[in-house]
Amino acid sequence: MTQFGEIWEATLEHIGMVLIAVGIASAIGIALGIALTRRPGLRRWVLGFAGVMQTVPSLALFGFLIPIPFIGGIGKRTAILALVLYALLPVLRNTLTGILGVDPAVRESALAMGMTERQILWEVELPLASRMILAGIRVATVTTIGTATIAAAIGGGGLGVFIFRGLASVDSAQILAGAIPAACIALAAEGGLGWIERKLSPL
Amino acid sequence: MVEFRDVSYRIGAKQILSHLDLAIEAGETLVLLGRSGSGKTTALKMVNGLIMPTAGLVLVEGKPTTEWNLVRLRRRIGYVIQDVGLFPHFTVAQNIGLVPRLETWEPQRIARRTAELLAMLDLPPEQYLHRYPRELSGGQRQRIGVARALAADPPVLLFDEPFGALDPVTRHEIQQQFLRISRSLGKTAIFVTHDAREGMLLGRRIGLLSAGRLETVVEPAGFMQARGAEVEAFQASLA
Repeated sequence: MTQFGEIWEATLEHIGMVLIAVGIASAIGIALGIALTRRPGLRRWVLGFAGVMQTVPSLALFGFLIPIPFIGGIGKRTAILALVLYALLPVLRNTLTGILGVDPAVRESALAMGMTERQILWEVELPLASRMILAGIRVATVTTIGTATIAAAIGGGGLGVFIFRGLASVDSAQILAGAIPAACIALAAEGGLGWIERKLSPL
Repeated sequence: MVEFRDVSYRIGAKQILSHLDLAIEAGETLVLLGRSGSGKTTALKMVNGLIMPTAGLVLVEGKPTTEWNLVRLRRRIGYVIQDVGLFPHFTVAQNIGLVPRLETWEPQRIARRTAELLAMLDLPPEQYLHRYPRELSGGQRQRIGVARALAADPPVLLFDEPFGALDPVTRHEIQQQFLRISRSLGKTAIFVTHDAREGMLLGRRIGLLSAGRLETVVEPAGFMQARGAEVEAFQASLA
């Protein structure tokens, strides 16, 4: 049963890594998304950067980060940084799309009734974009759960440890010990966040 | 109450409004009549500072819009547009009570005011207060839009083709309601429309805009006798 305990521990480690990475990515993505709705000129550059980050193969990105001083190196911190870079785009893009998708008549009314920019953001734009933003977080979470298995390659731990170990020793049971829990977490996240999305949605 | 002083507006080389001089007296409903692109909506949006003139001044209560704190100015001006723009995530009560809440009225006072406005618009409050805009018909939505604009009892009201998207029967009903309410409340109102019939029904005076210029200002009784290329075009539309 030590095996089982080991899997459980790795699962918790995995979930912890994903939560931290998605949490940071959401905070940055939402804030940046809001800022970009106010600055159309910067939109192309930031979305371009976030898009490029997503196209870098994940194993390569983890590798690239290792030699970078301060933020890089071997271990969990580097892994989380890479995961944040991946999770950023869906949150950022959905925040932007959600806010820009608010009916112009609603925005104009809000302005014409004497709401301040801050009030429009908090009382009109964010609530109306919340479903879209949450969908972005859901996509980011599910993909991060998968990508996080690669964190084991640079000593980040998590369920990827079993997968890499299984690959090295040609042991399918080991691979499955990593892959099955990861898939289960992803399904649970998808279902749970989807449920919140439908609950929260005002429309 | 509201005055346009030699107001022009241009975007690049395109002249939207040219040298508009017009004073709207306290308590009157002035209709701005014109076809699409005549500049009537632009003129309207200058009153609450959604658009600033590129030349000239728009004065509200004697003060140019450029000197007003725009948030303060806008809370003193009710605004009703064709697309209504009710907040879809707010109930009817929350929509109507918005400006009073921003003005930090007591909750009981907001509730009283909201019920009073719904009753005035022939919408039984207990049936409508807790509904969402998507659960209303176009005509009901537009009446809620009017109630929202009236909520904090603003001295000035702006209407931008508010009834243009309604079916003819509903439009007629709301126009009658508008007349009844505007007579009893005595607000200063500017009403933009492209419908000469509506303009003659609702306006105490009609200002006719043509390609950004004010062609004439007439009372409804004199509308059919007025002379001018554009006013005659509108007369023909009534025949």
